[in-house]
Amino acid sequence: MSDPARHEALIDALGAELTPVRRLLPPWRRALGWLVVVAVIAAVLFARYGAGTMLHRWAAAPDLGTAAVGAVITAITGAIASFVLAVPGRATAWAWLPVPSALLWIGASGLGCLRAHIPGMPVMDLHGANHCLIFIIGFSVPLSGLMIWLLRRACPLRPVLTAVMVGLASAAASASLLEICHNFDATASDLLMHALAVALVIMTNAAMGGRLLSRA
Amino acid sequence: MAAAQAGDQRAYTRVLNDSVALIRAVARRQGVAYDALDDVVQETLLTVHRVRHTFDPSRSYDAWLSAIAARRAIDILRSHGRREHREVHDEQAYDMHADRDDASAGAEREQDAQRLRKAIETLPPGQREAVEQLGLKEQTLAEAAERTGRNTGALKVNLHRALKTLRDRLHGES
Repeated sequence: MSDPARHEALIDALGAELTPVRRLLPPWRRALGWLVVVAVIAAVLFARYGAGTMLHRWAAAPDLGTAAVGAVITAITGAIASFVLAVPGRATAWAWLPVPSALLWIGASGLGCLRAHIPGMPVMDLHGANHCLIFIIGFSVPLSGLMIWLLRRACPLRPVLTAVMVGLASAAASASLLEICHNFDATASDLLMHALAVALVIMTNAAMGGRLLSRA
Repeated sequence: MAAAQAGDQRAYTRVLNDSVALIRAVARRQGVAYDALDDVVQETLLTVHRVRHTFDPSRSYDAWLSAIAARRAIDILRSHGRREHREVHDEQAYDMHADRDDASAGAEREQDAQRLRKAIETLPPGQREAVEQLGLKEQTLAEAAERTGRNTGALKVNLHRALKTLRDRLHGES
């Protein structure tokens, strides 16, 4: 049964407490804000480690460079997809945006296992691979937290999907940052640790971030 | 809605009133039952109010509103589903439930009281005295002690024994 009086009363009450609001910036502008923070961290790491080792690795093994480019593009597209999905009425298809670059990133990393090692570059043992795990998770936590905090000002109607995008963007950004100070050749155990770290970050975001965003 | 974002109350109430029909249509499309449509409307209006800053005037208001209404419709469907899952339906339970104040219950209470009175009468004199003074006349220990000339400790012991005897007797009978 329709209850127009009840709706009218609510609408009057909402109208009475109406205050002007500051409109949300377009998603790409908000994504840019988050990416600037990542870029600042990258600049600090470059200042500390320089770009020499990274470029040497890329020159010797172009697949590592391809993987890194894939990771950077995934961080950018993942961030854009997150901020777009957090606005009501935007198509769910935006979730596909980071998928091609993520495939490039994962595919090129996987290929790294198949080729010969870079001459003169140390091969990572399991202990070193643990550092990668800690690095990726350590950077992903604050980057995810920052993005979730920014997204809560919007209205993510699909919180879990949005949180998966947050996880993907954060993990990709962390892996890109790791590339700057990663003075090792890729090995299977190293790549396994990278994959494990990325999977952990995405799953944790889906589980916890989804809950945080659903309250928004 | 753009005017409402700037604080125009009249534009706001007008756009909300115009939104009700679309919210109901979206909720019906999601499969919400007819009697729950108003709940979806109320929840959607509250959400619209809370997140009105997320509307972009360069995009469709209907698409924005529909997305929020669809989400609230799913929430309502889920909460109803949970409630139905938790609650047990027993159509006969109401008919089967005994009324508290019907004639037979009154008669039963009267019989219980009579049995209790008889049981008290058969108690030893000291115990009966304790039950009558402390239990039935609701006197304090000091008053009862004064009236019966016994000390309070003896009264307490007698009352305790009397209650035990009564309990054994009444439970033994039933």
